Formats: sequence, C-alpha cells, structure tokens
Amino acid sequence: MAERERAPAPPDGGVFVARAQVMSADDMRRAITRIAHEIVERNAGVAGVALIGLQTGGVPLAGRLAGELERIESVPVPVPVGSLDATFYRDDIGLRPLVPEAVTDIGFGLDGLTVVLVDDVLFTGRTVRAALNALNDYGRAVAVQLAVMVDRGHRELPIRPDYVGKNLPTRRDEMVDVSPSGVSIGSVVR
Amino acid sequence: MTATHLLSVADLGTDGIEEVLRVTDSFVEVSARAIPKVPALRGRTVVSLFFEDSTRTRLSFEAAARRLSADVMNFAVSSSSVNKGECLRDTVETIDAMGVDALVVRHGSSGVPWQVAGWVGASVINAGDGAHEHPTQALLDCFTIRQRRGSLEGLRIAIVGDVKHSRVARSGVLAFTALGAEVTLVAPPTLLPPSLEGWPVTVSHELDPVLVKADVAYMLRMQSERMTGSLLPSRREYTAGFGLTRRRAALLPDGALVMHPGPLNRGVEIAAEVAGMPGSVITSQVANGVAVRMAVLYLLLGGAG
Repeated sequence: MAERERAPAPPDGGVFVARAQVMSADDMRRAITRIAHEIVERNAGVAGVALIGLQTGGVPLAGRLAGELERIESVPVPVPVGSLDATFYRDDIGLRPLVPEAVTDIGFGLDGLTVVLVDDVLFTGRTVRAALNALNDYGRAVAVQLAVMVDRGHRELPIRPDYVGKNLPTRRDEMVDVSPSGVSIGSVVR
Repeated sequence: MTATHLLSVADLGTDGIEEVLRVTDSFVEVSARAIPKVPALRGRTVVSLFFEDSTRTRLSFEAAARRLSADVMNFAVSSSSVNKGECLRDTVETIDAMGVDALVVRHGSSGVPWQVAGWVGASVINAGDGAHEHPTQALLDCFTIRQRRGSLEGLRIAIVGDVKHSRVARSGVLAFTALGAEVTLVAPPTLLPPSLEGWPVTVSHELDPVLVKADVAYMLRMQSERMTGSLLPSRREYTAGFGLTRRRAALLPDGALVMHPGPLNRGVEIAAEVAGMPGSVITSQVANGVAVRMAVLYLLLGGAG
C-alpha cells in the first residue's frame, strides 16, 4: 500500500530541507490579523461568512482566522468553521497514489453563506479547483473567496486568491513549508 | 495500496488493513452526505462476476462503485454463455477484453480469484471463494468493531458455528488477529476444519463459558448448501448447543457486540429477538460494507495504473 502523504513531508517522498525562513511566527500572526480585517471589510462584517480550511495545512489557519474575526468584530455567534479534504475530486487520481489526509467535516449547510476557503500555500491551483468541485456537493454558497498564507506562483489554472499573507516568488522545484513557527522555503532532498 | 488485487486478507498485512480502515472513515463521511457521490473513479469500469448467489455483497460492491462514479457492468451466470458451456477462462478473458478495470469475483470453488488474477489485466477482488476467503467481509467487520469499541487490540472475539464451511471465519481470523484481537472458535468438532494447525486461535466446544468473557460474539451462518453428509444430528440440537438464544445473549458482558455476516437463519444460529437487540450491530455491518468497499476500490483503482 502506498505511503500516506503528510505535511510537511513532501508528497512524493524525500525530506524537506529549509534554505531560509521567509515569515516568522510574528509575521504570520500579523498577516492573519490583516487578512481578518480584509475579510470583514470586503464582506461588510462577518454575518453569513463561513471558513473552510483545506486538509491539512489550511485547517489550523482557518481556526486562527475565525478566532481573529470573532475578536475584531466581537460577534455574538461564532463564525462557522469546517474542514475539507478534496482528494476524491482531484484530477491527478491515477497518476500517483492519493490517500485522503483526513475526513471532511462541514457541520453546517452552505446555502446562503459566503465561504472563505483557507489554505496554507497556493501553487498550481489544482487543489483549489478540486475543493471548488467538492464544495458544490455540500450546497450552493452565495460566494466563494480564497485566503492563503503564501502565494508562490506557477498557476496552471485561472485561479487567484482574494486574500494573501505573502506573495513569494519561487522556483518550481522549490518547496514551501508552513508551520505554526513560520514559513520556510527550501528543497526536497531524496 | 501498491497491490493490484485483493485476494486474501493476508495480502494486506496489518498496515494494509489499517490503511483501508482509515480511508473508509472518509467514505463513511461521503455516504452520509445529501449527495453521496464523488468523481474519484470516473471512467473506470467495475464488473461483478458472481458465480454464486449473493444479495448484500453484490449490491454493496455495486453501490460502492457507483458512489465513486465508476461504471458498473453486471454478469449473471444464469443468462450468460456459461450455460452454453463456455469455460471460466474464456468467460473471464472475454470480459477482460472489453476493457474493464476491476473484476469482483465470487465463486463456489476456493482459489478461483487467484486463477482469474493470472489471466487478466484488471484488478481482481475476491468477493468470496468457496469455503476459503472473503476479505471485504473481514474488513467491514474490523471497521464495525473499531467504530463501536475504538480498537480491536486485546478484544476477545468468539467466532461461533459453522467454521468448517465459512470463508468469513477464515478471513475474520486473519484480520482480527492482525489487529491484536484474541479469537476463540466455538463449534462442534464436526463443524471445525480437519486441522487448525498454525491458526492463531483457541478452540472451545462449549459456548456459555466463552460468551461470559467475550467482547464480540460473531455468529456464523449455518451453510446448509455446502454440507455434505450428516455433520449434525439435527438443527434443533445445534441451536441448543451453539445458537445465540435469548438466554445466552444475557450472558454477554455489557457493551459486547453481536455480529453476523448475513443472511440470517433466524432461530438456528441466532434468535430473532437477539438480532434486534441493542448490542447487535448486524445492520451497521451492512452499512459499513459499502464504505469499506469504496475504500478498497479506490485504493486499488485510484493509484497509478
């Protein structure tokens, strides 16, 4: 049976070796605060806004963003937060072993909500494409927006983020690792 | 799964079983949705090739394949060229030549899925071969037990009844012990295999003392269709000694599970009211069967071909 893909282990095996840290934990905290303010500004508050983190890197970020939204808007009801694993909607099934990282958990109906998809790194855009298809099966959101901690470029699909922690120019063969202690850029050593 | 076939529980090993159970969690979530369907196996074709009767396994595999968006082809022996005398190999190779991705095979003779796997390019899944193995049944049983009890580690599982003719028992013993359970086989000597050498089990010919310590009472179906000769004096005598009657069910510790692979012979190996009591997870077994088979199909067909 195939190895499970697990962050921060690179998807196709090998070990991640960091070259430089590009965001510290404090930088990330500030970026989350800024993105939270942008979400509030863009949607004129947080009424009708839900956050859905993509498994696995987007899930903790979605939780932190929700906490920040509740703090700055001092809302009486918590912002709904869910998690989504879009493995079964990917277009590379059959090209490599793909095992779901975790179970999808969306405990609320999407109809009538504005969904902010949250992920750690935006790269080719294929994960977001799969997530958009998956969301369809859970209901019809009024609008879907995309928040990412790092946009590293190299898009293969017409997808752009609405909220970005940091734009980070990378080479295609590099790897970006996002953890609670910060964002690092490096490469995979086999 | 790096394997291309699922023929025996032994092929999976402990890690393989755990992986199937983990992926099954995701498919349980999919099955609970308003739209219980994902596009994961779009364009793949699954054929069910059943040379023996089946209700739940066949429908369960078909439901699993459809929920993964695979195409399903159905082979009914009664209306096929098998009736004109076409042999197994020609039948299988004909179907394979149509370009299918998986063959779900059930046959009355042990070993047929292995033979078929040698003839075709498609993935072969053993859906029961004679009295030999029924791996997806064992996987769904493990999943059901894990769902209720958290883990199989250290659980005492009693497999009761017609072990001799039971493929469910063989696959079950392999899977349960691989996950750390202790298995006791309970049956009259005539319904045990001629030799149990090398089986990681203990054997008892008396049910009551095993039940009082059991975490799971796994009742096997009396397989009258496979019985040759007289192995039992009478059904009534069997029920008196080895049936899970209402009196015996009361011996089970609190929280113990009652399981049965179906179809039930009510009043023979299990009393009708016992099958409906709270500790009975027989309908959960069926419900979980679809999710487990989705996981198996996805792991076999979703990887690099």
